[in-house]
Amino acid sequence: MTQLPEATGIGFKRTHFEALRQTPNQLGFIEVHAENYMGDGGPTHAQLTALRKDYALSVHGVGLSIGGAEPLNRDHLNRLKHLCDRYAPDSFSEHLAWSSHGGDFLNDLLPLPYDDATLDVVCDHIDQVQDRLGRRMLLENPSTYVTFETSTLAETDFLSQITARTGCGLLLDINNVFVSCTNHRTDPRAYLADFPLHAVGEIHLGGHDAEDLPSGPLLIDAHGSPVADPVWTLYTETIMRIGPRPTLIEWDTDVPALSVLLDEADRADAILKGARHARAS
Amino acid sequence: MHAHLETQTAFRNGLKTGAVPPGITAVGDVERRFSVYRNTVAHSLTDALCQRFPTVLRLVGDAFFRATAGVFVAENPPQSAILHDYGTAFPEFLAGFPPAATLPYLPDIARIEVLRGQAYHAADALPMTAQSISDALAAGPEERGLTLHPSVRVITSDHPVVAIWAMNQPGATPRPVPPEPQAALMFRLGENIPVVGVTADTAGIVTRLLAGERLGTACADVPPQVASVAIGLLIQHGLIIQVTQT
Repeated sequence: MTQLPEATGIGFKRTHFEALRQTPNQLGFIEVHAENYMGDGGPTHAQLTALRKDYALSVHGVGLSIGGAEPLNRDHLNRLKHLCDRYAPDSFSEHLAWSSHGGDFLNDLLPLPYDDATLDVVCDHIDQVQDRLGRRMLLENPSTYVTFETSTLAETDFLSQITARTGCGLLLDINNVFVSCTNHRTDPRAYLADFPLHAVGEIHLGGHDAEDLPSGPLLIDAHGSPVADPVWTLYTETIMRIGPRPTLIEWDTDVPALSVLLDEADRADAILKGARHARAS
Repeated sequence: MHAHLETQTAFRNGLKTGAVPPGITAVGDVERRFSVYRNTVAHSLTDALCQRFPTVLRLVGDAFFRATAGVFVAENPPQSAILHDYGTAFPEFLAGFPPAATLPYLPDIARIEVLRGQAYHAADALPMTAQSISDALAAGPEERGLTLHPSVRVITSDHPVVAIWAMNQPGATPRPVPPEPQAALMFRLGENIPVVGVTADTAGIVTRLLAGERLGTACADVPPQVASVAIGLLIQHGLIIQVTQT
């Protein structure tokens, strides 16, 4: 489901292009948002083409609306196919969320109820994606801020059934686990205990914003700060349990100097090395 | 499926109105928690417009731009997930937006930014050399067509938009602006999309070539030396990629 190395990567930001090009051995892989590379040509493609020679690549979609009630947008799926054919990425991933409705693209990863009917829809969409792209994909667990009264399945059950039925892998975003569980006052360790970890092909780590409400903390998946300590702890526990997995540092807003991202990646790398060492001994 | 669509439609309506849709729950403060989605949709799309229209933003200021963009986003959400294409209708919106009426040149500045964005992401193509163009045009040039680089764009304006655009770029110095109509040619040059001021005649010729007219027709309304200047400019910037038989 993924050919990414069991090492650390960062989300590629164009301001870091020259530095990344000059020192290609600092990272296991880079990840790009598919929708930023759907133009016909120009500098964005020139840069990705140049980096692709030196880096393993993860293409991460944010606009397919796999969790939407409406049919998948065929044009968008065809564009993803074209992109995957062009760059032959080591992994393609998308989200358990919807982002389009009635032709409008809302540019957010919106939540869905978890029940048998939505499970059928999501599995059908993933089958279509995997058929069209000719590859297995990874599906990412979302950050959520509300829940639905109509949900009859836990998110972890929902994901387990998806991976069993479609054969897709999972992208475990541990920051999203921490954000959602804090927001819903549930236990992230219990969530991870129930998560189908055998299917995890990649892990995401990112920063979040926090706000205090009378009802308790509200965490927002903002990707504009370092990975929080409790997320590092959950990551370490998960890696010690399942062994090294390709791990991405996500930082999408207020992007800092490359050295800051490399420091975060080094921290994850040390945890991967520790797990490798522990499992070897 | 039907219930899922209904849930999604209610959620979408809630994103528009701010009212929490039925069936949505949270541990408390459900309005604030639901508003995270509403804020992300509005802010992220407004941010996309800020990135696409930096010169308009600079001309009107952050507060005015974000308020204007907020109205546009609500009325014209993107129809595709490719956000670098979003905002093509923003110039027309500005032209009909009364609070922006005091800056009559603003829609054309926005048009320049739309066209520059299109040029940036246009397909790649290799230019013909001056020699090969000259060879191809040696016999019966009037009957030939010129295929221009996919990034080539033209604007003609009733306002001095080239001067206004130039002096509102980072590091530019304000200077007097001549009260005259202006036209510009835009194309991709490495990472940059220059806005090259041209005469109305040159803009007209390039527009007609882009529409697929043969050279003789495209240049029919101007003296030969004016046509030569226009074609020379296209050769100079490497913008002719093919000479066709029409």
